[in-house]
Amino acid sequence: MNLLIKNGFVYDPINEINGEIMDIAIRNDKIVESVPERTSKIIDASGLTVFPGGVDIHTHIAGGEVNTGRLVRPEDHEKDFVRKTAITRSGVGYSIPSTFTTGYRYSRMGYTTVMNPSMACLEAKHTHEELNDIPMLDKATYPLLGDWWLVLENIAKGDLEACARYVAWMLEITKGYAIKIVNPGGLESWGFGRNVHSIDDQVPNFGITPREIMCGLAKVNKMLNLPHTIHLHTNNLGIPGNYATTLETMKCLESIPSDGKPVVHITHLQFSSFAGEDWGSFRSGAGEIAKYINNHDHVTFDMGQIVFTDTTTMTADGPFEYTLYQLSGHKWVNTDIETETSGGIIPFHYKRKNPVNAIQWSIGLELALMTKNPWKVFMTTDHPNAGPFTAYPKILAWLASKKARMATFKRLHKKAQKKSLLPSIDRELSLYDIAIVTRSGQAKALDLKEKGHLGVGADADVAIFNLNPEEVDIANKYKTFRRAFSNAAYTIKAGKVLVKDGEILQQSDGKTIWLDLQTSKEIEISEEIKRKFREYWTVEYENYPVSDHYIKHSSPLTIKADV
Amino acid sequence: MIVLTPFKKSQYPIIAQCINPDVFQEKSKEEIGNLPVWIGNKKRRLVDLFKVEKNSANSTSITINGDVTQVRRIGWGMTQGEIVVNGNVGMHLGKKMSGGKIVVNGNAEGWAGSEMKGGLIEIKGDAGDYLGSPYRGSTVGMRKGKIVVDGNVGSDAAVFMKSGTIRIRGNAGPFIGFRMTGGVIHIEKNAGTRLGACMIGGKIVVSGRLENIMPTFAIERLKGKVKIEPGDKAVGPFYVFLGDLAENGRGKLFVSKEKNPQLSQYERFL
Repeated sequence: MNLLIKNGFVYDPINEINGEIMDIAIRNDKIVESVPERTSKIIDASGLTVFPGGVDIHTHIAGGEVNTGRLVRPEDHEKDFVRKTAITRSGVGYSIPSTFTTGYRYSRMGYTTVMNPSMACLEAKHTHEELNDIPMLDKATYPLLGDWWLVLENIAKGDLEACARYVAWMLEITKGYAIKIVNPGGLESWGFGRNVHSIDDQVPNFGITPREIMCGLAKVNKMLNLPHTIHLHTNNLGIPGNYATTLETMKCLESIPSDGKPVVHITHLQFSSFAGEDWGSFRSGAGEIAKYINNHDHVTFDMGQIVFTDTTTMTADGPFEYTLYQLSGHKWVNTDIETETSGGIIPFHYKRKNPVNAIQWSIGLELALMTKNPWKVFMTTDHPNAGPFTAYPKILAWLASKKARMATFKRLHKKAQKKSLLPSIDRELSLYDIAIVTRSGQAKALDLKEKGHLGVGADADVAIFNLNPEEVDIANKYKTFRRAFSNAAYTIKAGKVLVKDGEILQQSDGKTIWLDLQTSKEIEISEEIKRKFREYWTVEYENYPVSDHYIKHSSPLTIKADV
Repeated sequence: MIVLTPFKKSQYPIIAQCINPDVFQEKSKEEIGNLPVWIGNKKRRLVDLFKVEKNSANSTSITINGDVTQVRRIGWGMTQGEIVVNGNVGMHLGKKMSGGKIVVNGNAEGWAGSEMKGGLIEIKGDAGDYLGSPYRGSTVGMRKGKIVVDGNVGSDAAVFMKSGTIRIRGNAGPFIGFRMTGGVIHIEKNAGTRLGACMIGGKIVVSGRLENIMPTFAIERLKGKVKIEPGDKAVGPFYVFLGDLAENGRGKLFVSKEKNPQLSQYERFL
C-alpha cells in the first residue's frame, strides 16, 4: 500500500532537514523517493510537524524485574486502569503498565522503537515472551553481561578472545542487542553482602576490578563489531559524591581505540552525577560531567530525568536498591540471580518538597542543557525508575522552554532552588534538537540504520504532531507543545497508520531485533562449561537458549565479528 | 434532597462513583439520571438502575432506599454533604472522602472509609474487612476523620492509619491497626489476634477481651482512664502496652484489666 504525507514541516536531523515543507512517500513498509499520488492514501500534514518515529534507548518494559514490580504494586494499578475497546485490550498500570498498555501508550506519543535495557540472561525466555506481547513497537533487549562469571573469569585470565566468544554466544542465545553492564563487580560482590565503592576495588574471588571489566568488555564490544557501544550503569550509582567515580569511569575508557565513534553509553547519568559528601550536603555534579563530555567524543548518555510522581524503581543494581530501602523503608524486593547479576525493586515517590529529589530533577536538566552537542544526549526517564515514560512530553517541554522549567522550579524546595544551576541556563532546545534527543540521536547511537530518519530506504516509521512550528513558539506556548507531543496526530509504523489524534486505529505487532553474530569459527562450549551449568545454574545448558520459535516476529541483524 | 431507589438487587457489581453530593450538586434530575455507571463490563446510566427523585433544589443530601450491596464506590472522594443509605452497602464506601457525612442503616462491605482524609462515616450494622485501610499494597492510610461502627468489624481495619478516630462498638477481627502510625481506635467489645502488629504510633483501646497479645509488646503501666476524643474517655483500668518493639514502635495498646485476667501475668513486670 502506498501512503503520501503531504506538506508537513519535516524534521529529519540525520538527513539535515530542519523544518522544510516536503512530502514523505511510503511504499509498503519503507520510505521511497515518490509514489503515484492517484493510487496512494494521502495524509494532509499541512501545518503539522513530521518527525521520524520515536526511539527509546532505555526503558524497562519487560522481563523478570518488571513483572515482579507489577506484582509488588497492586495499588499502582488500582489508580490507573484502562478498559478494553473494540480495538485495544484492557490493561492497568501507572508506573509499570501491562504489556499491551505499554505498547499503546508509547504509540500514542509517536514512538515506534524501544529498547529494554536489562535482561538477566536467565530470564531471557520470559523477557522475550513479554516483548512478544508488546504491540505497536519494534523492540530489542540488552542482556546483563557485566557480572557474568564467564566474563569475569576470562577477563581475570586476560583472555579477551575467549571472553568475546562467550559474549557472542550469550548475545545470540538470549537474542540480545547490546552488552549491558550494571555496577560492574558490585553485583558479584553483592552476592557476598558487599559492594565495590570505586572502579579500583577488588571483586571478591576473581581478583579483578571494575576498571578491568569495563575496559575488557569495551574491547570485546569492538572485537565483535556490535552496533551499540557498551551500555553502562556506573558504580556507586545513587550515592552522593559519585560524580567523581563517573568521571573516572569515562576517563578509563578514553584510551579504547574507536575510530572516532563512541565507546560507552552511560545510562541514566542523572543518578551518577551527584556531588557532596552526604545527603545533607548533596548538590549537583552536572557541571563537571557536562564539561568532560563536551571535551570528549567517546561518551553518549541518556538523562534518566526525575519526574515528581509516585513510581517504582527497578534495577539490576541490588546494593543500590538496598540503600533506597534503608532511606525509604518501603516494601522491597531483592534477588541474586545465580552467576549473572542481581536485582531489586522498591516503590519511590519523588517529591518537589524533598531537597534531594528536587536537586535530582535539576541535575537531569542541567546535564541535558549543558551538553552542547545534542547527539550525545538522549531523553529518557529510565522508565520507571525516575518516572513513567508517559511523562516524556513534560520533560521535552522543560528542555524546550525556560518558562516551563521555571514554572516547576518555583515550586521546588527552597534549599534546592538555591543549589540549582538552572536559573543561569538560558538554552532552549529547538524542534530540530528535540528530534535528535528523542529519535535520531538514539537511532544513531544504536546504529539502527533504518530507524530515526526519513530518508529513502528507512523504515516507514513516522510520527506527526499537531503543532505548527511557524505559528507556535514552543518556548512560550509550552503547554500547546506538551499537548501535541502527548497525543500524536498520526503514528505510522511500518507503513500502517496506527494512531490518529491520540486514538489507536489498529493494533499491529512489532519486530524483535537481535544480533546474529558471525564469528570466524563456530563457538564451542566445552564440557567444562557444561559441567558448570549443571553445578551453578538452575537451568540446564540444553534448556538455556531462547530458541527461534520464542520470538513472534524475529528480525535478526547479521554482524560479522572479528573473532 | 435526592432519593435513589434501586429497581432490583443486582447480581453483578455496579461501580457508581458518581453517587456523590459533589457530583449531584447543581444538576437537574435529568442530568443526574444520565450520569454513567458500570454494571459488570457494561456502561449504563444511573436512571437505568435507580429510580431518581429530587425533592428540593440544590440540596447536598442523598438518600438511598434499598439494598445496594453490589454498588461500589458510593461517596468516592466526597468533600461535603450527606449520604444516607437505608440498607446494606457495597465496597469502597466513602473512599478518599475528605468531608461530609455518610450514614448506613445496615451493613457495609470491605474498604469502607478507605484512605479517608476527613468527614464522618456511621455504620449502624457490621462493617467488612479493611475498614479505613488503604488499597492492598498502598501505604496511604486514614489521615483524618471519624468512623463509627455499631456492629462488628472484619479483619485488617485501620491499616497504616495516620490520624483520626475509629470507634467499634462490637467485636473486631484480627490485624486491627496493622502498621498504624497515629490516631485512635476504640474497640468496645472483643478484639482479634495480632492487634497493632507493626504499629509505630497511635493508640488502640480494647474494652473487651483480647485473646492474646503480640510478644513484641511490653507492658508499661496500669491506667485508669483513656482519652478517646475531647470530652470522651474510656473507663478502665487498662494495662498499657508499648510497641511494636520489632519496629522500634511507640504505639500504645490499652487492654481492659477486668476482662482480661489471662494478662495478669504481665503485672510482675511492672
